[in-house]
Amino acid sequence: MMTPTRPSEAAEHWSLRLYVAGQTDKSLRAINNLTRICKEHLEGRYSIEVIDLLEHPQLAAGDQIIALPTLVRRLPEPIKKILGDLSNQERVLVGLDVRPRT
Amino acid sequence: MVEQLKKVPTGIAGLDELTGGGLPAGRPTLVCGGPGCGKTLLATTFLVRGAVDHSEPGLLVSFDERIPDMGVNVASLGFDLPDLEARGLLATDYVHIDRQEMHETGEYDLEALFIRLNLAVNRVGARRVVLDTIDTLFAGIPNQGIVRSELRRLFGWLKDHQLTTVITAERGEGSLTRHGIEEYVSDCVILLDHRVIEDLSTRRLRIVKYRGTSHGTNEYPFLIDEQGITVLPITSLGLRHGASNESMSTGLPQLDAMLSSKGYFKGSSTLLTGGPGTGKTTIAAHFADATCRNGERCIYFSFEESASQLVRNMRSAGIDLQPWIDKGLLRCQTSRPSLGGLEMHLALMVNAVRDFRPATVIIDPLSALLAIGVGSQTAFMALRLIDYLKSHGVTALYLSLQDSEEPTSLHISSIMDTWIVVRNMRSDTDLSRRLHIVKARGMAHSNQVRRMEITNSGVRLTDLPTAREAAEGLR
Repeated sequence: MMTPTRPSEAAEHWSLRLYVAGQTDKSLRAINNLTRICKEHLEGRYSIEVIDLLEHPQLAAGDQIIALPTLVRRLPEPIKKILGDLSNQERVLVGLDVRPRT
Repeated sequence: MVEQLKKVPTGIAGLDELTGGGLPAGRPTLVCGGPGCGKTLLATTFLVRGAVDHSEPGLLVSFDERIPDMGVNVASLGFDLPDLEARGLLATDYVHIDRQEMHETGEYDLEALFIRLNLAVNRVGARRVVLDTIDTLFAGIPNQGIVRSELRRLFGWLKDHQLTTVITAERGEGSLTRHGIEEYVSDCVILLDHRVIEDLSTRRLRIVKYRGTSHGTNEYPFLIDEQGITVLPITSLGLRHGASNESMSTGLPQLDAMLSSKGYFKGSSTLLTGGPGTGKTTIAAHFADATCRNGERCIYFSFEESASQLVRNMRSAGIDLQPWIDKGLLRCQTSRPSLGGLEMHLALMVNAVRDFRPATVIIDPLSALLAIGVGSQTAFMALRLIDYLKSHGVTALYLSLQDSEEPTSLHISSIMDTWIVVRNMRSDTDLSRRLHIVKARGMAHSNQVRRMEITNSGVRLTDLPTAREAAEGLR
């Protein structure tokens, strides 16, 4: 991934990875919340990868995941981990460092 | 019939004896203590010994240190973690939680931790698990309520999977652990402590709780050295040692003759007391010499002389110990009593005995060792040593600097099987030595006082003229 020499919000890209375990209510809630928030606030500037640890348990150690669901903001740096089903939109936006559009 | 609690040996010298076999099988044990008290070492030993000695693969989950760092820390004990991992006997997982990165936005649980544990357990077929240290979860996860409920679930999960687990936790102020983890562990709780008493660093271990098992409730000193952890006592304090009818020569034919067993009983304890310069060490050297002459091993623990001094001095009395040292039959272990605490000395001695497997042991002198003990523990510690040697069938000779025949303040004499006294006699014209046997359990013994001389060919005991002979001689 190219990093712009002078990062501005417009040029930034949010690379997100959501870890869940199975198709539980909590997992589905997290996925829905994340998609909605990204559409509203990061249209065209994000990518989401959902990892189900029940299918790929070996991937938990790499990102040091212990809580589920965990959303990992891989980019922009620094890496952030957002725990929970992402139902508190305000806090998700703070965690992602996204200024809500007014 | 009630099923007995199954136990898993830790492989830690002394701890398995103390717990009657080890930790509860298939259950979690909590090991708590302050920083640097040896928690991690105890836990790692449990894993490594399980993998190496009992074919029980282990899982090491570290919340604090990276696995390579842990490997370096225990390498000095001869534990090769990378090798065990390569051989499929050990799985490791470093769980790093950075609070700075964490941001809460709703409901969550610690399912990923379970997934990781499950994966690693299955990778090697782990039977033993170590979680070191669990406190990190509290520091790293913002919601303490979630941590608590998930810990309860975790301990249940470990039990369901029949995993014998050691969980380490930090000591709290006024409580066993900082986060009250003892509430979740009902089976076995061990407390480690590291403090300084009279300028001597002392480590102690206490079994706070062990459900379904009688266990020692005292604090037991333990030592960490190049052989790992050693907990004293090494043996139970019961009187269960077998009594032998065989004997070991004292090395002095005349002394053997004074004892109907023709020597010290095998596995017995003999106390040899006397003032300074009465020849105690020479009598002991005869014993060492006789042991090695018999093709058996002896350890001479000297707290006053170096090995070379001992050899030189004994050579002047016609006893050459050097060949036995060269042949590997005699080991002279010398150290200054002030080098460390009594516990440390005892543990070093126990390790030496375990390592060298001697038939006989000489402690020269026991009095110097006891002088460094602190308070009421001293007599207890001496008992442990005596009991350890006895229960391992080691014939022991304890020298003690003592002028009078009064029982010692530590009542050591009462637990000795044989007690021999040497003393200096000063007449107007000369100084001579006397030797007599105060007691000798289980054997007839001479009650005569013998004249003792140290010649250039060793100690010689001769009959004193009886009063009548003396009178006749005067005539």
